[in-house]
Amino acid sequence: MDTHDLVPLVEALIFAADGPLKAERIAEALERPPADIRAAIEALEADYAERPRGFFLQEVAGGYQLRTHPEYADHLRKLGRSRPFRFSRPALESLAIIAYRQPVTRAEIEYLRGVDSGSVLKTLLEKRLVRILGKKDVPGKPMIYGTTKEFLELFGLPDLSSLPTLSEFSELAPDTETEVLMDSLPLLVDGEEEAGGQETE
Amino acid sequence: MSGYDIHLENFEGPLDLLLHLIKKNEMEISDIPIAAITAQYLGILDAMKTLNLDIAGEFLLMAATLLHIKSKMLLPRVIEDETEQEEEDPRAELVRRLLEYQKYKDVSETLEAGPLLGRDLFTRADPEPEVLEEAETGFVAVGLFDLLAALRDVLEEKPEEFVHEVNLEQLSVTDRINAILTELRGKESIAFLDLFSDGIKRSEVIVTFLALLELVKMHMVRFMQNTHYGTIWLFPSVAVDENAELEVGEDNLGYS
Repeated sequence: MDTHDLVPLVEALIFAADGPLKAERIAEALERPPADIRAAIEALEADYAERPRGFFLQEVAGGYQLRTHPEYADHLRKLGRSRPFRFSRPALESLAIIAYRQPVTRAEIEYLRGVDSGSVLKTLLEKRLVRILGKKDVPGKPMIYGTTKEFLELFGLPDLSSLPTLSEFSELAPDTETEVLMDSLPLLVDGEEEAGGQETE
Repeated sequence: MSGYDIHLENFEGPLDLLLHLIKKNEMEISDIPIAAITAQYLGILDAMKTLNLDIAGEFLLMAATLLHIKSKMLLPRVIEDETEQEEEDPRAELVRRLLEYQKYKDVSETLEAGPLLGRDLFTRADPEPEVLEEAETGFVAVGLFDLLAALRDVLEEKPEEFVHEVNLEQLSVTDRINAILTELRGKESIAFLDLFSDGIKRSEVIVTFLALLELVKMHMVRFMQNTHYGTIWLFPSVAVDENAELEVGEDNLGYS
């Protein structure tokens, strides 16, 4: 089989896989050198980019996956394909801290955020975006947390090094957020965090 | 109080509130006028109290921190020796925390804005979990969290017994370990739930679970599942020798 025939074959494997498929895994399955597979993947990527397609090949979580273009999201949602969720701010912030600082303990997260993060952490663990990596070898042996493969898949990242760079110093721009009146204040109450962290079905 | 017309947003925590005040007053973050910001911060806390809102402990802690910094700033700095390094600005730690917090706040917004799987882009629909259930390949290791979730499911079906009961003939962890190993003999795997057959008591569930944890610790078995929330399977890590007699004493395990 020459390289030319390899392209549709690789496409078939990626299409049929349940999740992002690693190039090495394809190479193993097809008993072909990884370099050939990478060439085939590149050819596929170029092919998709050239013609109007509903989907594209995304490098994510160390593998490759076919994903629909974001501009069709509205239509796909109408098909009921969506599990619409909104991240609460506490959940997002905690997730960002874990992603950049892993391995990180709960105490470190809480110091950075200035608030109790137990319930947010629990939600993130339940959503499988975060996992327990082990215990830190300090008194009390606190758990250390890190992000999961699902985290990379959700945000479409090939690996952790592809996270957006943290700005070293961020100018405090004037607040542009819409301000809410006093009587709709809540959220400062404990437990509110957890409710906010839930997915809306 | 009318000096600052408070329109409270949903502040996430004291750092968030402080950042908001700094922005609103167009203060220099590296040179925060601590007296002014403390006054505003306390004013907001007071307003919250007036509205009968619970103030989380973190907000009170920050109030104390601000007052502490303020008092330190008021004290004259004693410089005993010219060569001695100048004392750090009392505000330095707070400034560092604010900047650090701002960084993660910004990046979390960037992450949220990006195309998200399941919201902005989609993959092929996953096959029904039932189909995967019987599949023989593609197992992934089960994490502690999943294992505990599975235990919780079993325990939920066995409500706590409220009878006062003294039972001396309790199943020991060692016995259970050996029973599980016997059951695994000649089999490729056992489903997690099959270990908790009907009629098993709550206390036996616990003993069985402890036995499983010990077996994993001793690298005798592995837990695998082929899909998240799928059946958890117990595999022997080594072929269980027909004649092997496991030498496990209660003493080694630390339970009695």
